[in-house]
Amino acid sequence: MTNPLRDPRDRRLPKVAGPCGLILFGVTGDLARKKIMPAIYDLANRGLLPPGFGLVGFARRQWDDEDFAQEVHDAVREYARTPFREEVWVQLSEGIRFVEGDIADPAAYRELRRVVEEVDQRRGTLGNHAFYLSIPPGLFPVVVQHLKDSGLTERQGREWRRVVVEKPFGHDLASAQELDRVLSSAFAPDEIFRIDHYLGKETVQNILAVRFANTMFEPIWNSNYVDNVQITQAEDIGIAGRAGYYDGIGAARDVIQNHLLQLLALTAMEEPLSFRPHEVRQEKEKVLRAITVPTDISAHTARGQYAEGWQGGVPVVGFLEEAGIPPDSTTETFAAIRVTVDNRRWAGVPFYLRTGKRLGRRVTEVAVIFKRAPHLPFESASVGELSDNALVFRIQPDEGVTVRFGSKVPGTAGMEVRDVTMDFQYGDSFVDTSPEAYERLILDVLLGEPPLFPNSTEVDLSWRILDPILEAWAGDGQPEQYASGGWGPTCAYDMIARDGRQWRRP
Amino acid sequence: MIRLEDTSGGEIARAIAEERHRMGSPATGMVLTMLILSDEEYASDATEAAVLSARQHPMRILTLIPRPGRGPDQIDAQVMVGGDDGPGEVAIVRLRGDRSGHANSVVIPLLLPDTPVVSWWPTDPPPVPADDPIGRHCQRRITDLATAADPRAALRERRAGYVPGDSDLAWTRLTSWRSALASLLDDETTQVRAVSVDAEADNPSAILLAAWLRWALRIPVELTPVIGPGITQVQLDTAQGMITLARPDGAVATLSRPGVPDSTIALPRRGLPDLLSEELRRLDPDGVYGDVLMSLGETPGQAS
Repeated sequence: MTNPLRDPRDRRLPKVAGPCGLILFGVTGDLARKKIMPAIYDLANRGLLPPGFGLVGFARRQWDDEDFAQEVHDAVREYARTPFREEVWVQLSEGIRFVEGDIADPAAYRELRRVVEEVDQRRGTLGNHAFYLSIPPGLFPVVVQHLKDSGLTERQGREWRRVVVEKPFGHDLASAQELDRVLSSAFAPDEIFRIDHYLGKETVQNILAVRFANTMFEPIWNSNYVDNVQITQAEDIGIAGRAGYYDGIGAARDVIQNHLLQLLALTAMEEPLSFRPHEVRQEKEKVLRAITVPTDISAHTARGQYAEGWQGGVPVVGFLEEAGIPPDSTTETFAAIRVTVDNRRWAGVPFYLRTGKRLGRRVTEVAVIFKRAPHLPFESASVGELSDNALVFRIQPDEGVTVRFGSKVPGTAGMEVRDVTMDFQYGDSFVDTSPEAYERLILDVLLGEPPLFPNSTEVDLSWRILDPILEAWAGDGQPEQYASGGWGPTCAYDMIARDGRQWRRP
Repeated sequence: MIRLEDTSGGEIARAIAEERHRMGSPATGMVLTMLILSDEEYASDATEAAVLSARQHPMRILTLIPRPGRGPDQIDAQVMVGGDDGPGEVAIVRLRGDRSGHANSVVIPLLLPDTPVVSWWPTDPPPVPADDPIGRHCQRRITDLATAADPRAALRERRAGYVPGDSDLAWTRLTSWRSALASLLDDETTQVRAVSVDAEADNPSAILLAAWLRWALRIPVELTPVIGPGITQVQLDTAQGMITLARPDGAVATLSRPGVPDSTIALPRRGLPDLLSEELRRLDPDGVYGDVLMSLGETPGQAS
């Protein structure tokens, strides 16, 4: 029987999470304070959390429930996107609990279980709980084992348990499979939610909407018209105190493995039969399977480390001078690779993926660059300033779409054609409505809707693509230094120049 | 702001375009045209709400104020583009003397090409909004029962004049209540036998809420007049016991369920900008509103 109050035509009613609670590991981390806690408040503020929602924090701190509630309160006041409303806070704070304990101490998990059961009784969460592991991946095995041993992962009847982990999903294929084995020992595949905070659901849905809701792009979305695709994620900041996490991981594992390859898959995939999770995944998987890496890896990839320099008029230190980074570190802070998608649609079209820290500005985009018109009926001087047509999905900042094409320069001086851009900006047309990625992600976890989270197959496939490149790089010693505030090392320019192309300035 | 005296629709359109050029952004990303038909009393609140809502839905806002009475037969306008309040374009147009009956001819040159048009009567809508010369341009026609002197009579009129595409802010005000109630029944074992709603007497939203519950659940719904503010309580009589959602103060509701300790839900009464933003999120007909409005006639005496 379906809910008689939910008419499928009734698009005003949002989907509200059913009775449930969230158990947060790593409450003192940056991510928990800046993203997770504020997002939970924002969801409550939008009326999307159930009335008796429970939030249980777990950490090695001498806190009681009130201390933890105060931490959440401060984080919400500072970072929440929606206005602070006392009545919403009261509603949320009634369900906040804290368990003090060491992550390796079985007694702490017995206490956690007692608190969770208390929340079930006092708040009516009905035994539905999500474990959010906002902790280093190295600690997952011990936490998952203890959750299992203490009986916290056991469920009865219609109860559910889910686990949320953040990227990185391993550091190579073997470790990703090991991670999956650990999680799978306690949770079913559809109970494991892999979150990549770079990849908001809004972004994914926007790309799918532009590609599959329109008629004018699909006919040219193939190797007949597309010359190459450039996917860029650039940050203007350095590693910002995350040396412990970043050293030994590097740009390729941090960003290319999931974020850029997911963007590639969304850009290149065939139209799914529907937007049901497994249909979209199937198409993404087909693209990931079709990807090949160049045989000559050194010629078609590039890596670099940011050097000391000036960024936007401010002096900054180099990667090797950052606190906590050994001076002989070979970790790359810039990575660029070329791959091809070996299917009929994309044969011969190179996909260039690049990411780096301390680059010119903060930007993420997918640029589809078209071939030049086969014949231009103008004098060559008239079109001297005309470059290739391009369609760009701008992902951040200013989420939107840009189209670049040639247009006549106004005036009587003659027929001059130059590039113009036409912008559609979500910041214009949909301001305020784009909920921050974390809100959507957490809500999907609580609703049990995994459509856009990568599953273990996609993670495996991405590592299969990246592993040979990482292996080749491992023998290459220290990456090339590049000036902070620019667009990466010389070898990146050389790599694309070998193909007779150049990077777009994003 | 540009003031135009004794002007016309075409001149207002030129003024908007000039103002855009002066701001340095001749291209627009407007998603719709909003026509507000109002008297002086409601015009400024309605315009302000639309300007705030334009942050979510960038739009051209035309507020049309008929001033029949005496005075010169002329059209005066104030034009504002962009600014601190939002990205929208606003023209407040006063139609004086014999021009007051010709709002439609002013509007035609000002409609943005090939984008949806929405009309909003903050008060005193025509009997059949879809047949109104202005309403005919619009796929969405918004009225507001809360400003009616006699809400029950107004409700009968809305029902008699209903055409798909009509909607009413009294219905929009219910969304948070409806969402909270619907999520209570997501647990599919809950069987509701009867419902009672307590609300301010003649509150049009409460009448619509009771009608919605009666229409969706096909069970008796009792509507009891109390002091308010607005809707204060909804009680579901279920096989498992009584579920009560009580909001005595217009802000925080307490949920009482059998076997579960009480919890609170924020159910604040929302302002016009919020309501309008929700209204503009979808511009296709709201079939559920239509069905609920029509159902008011099926049980004799319910709407009267």
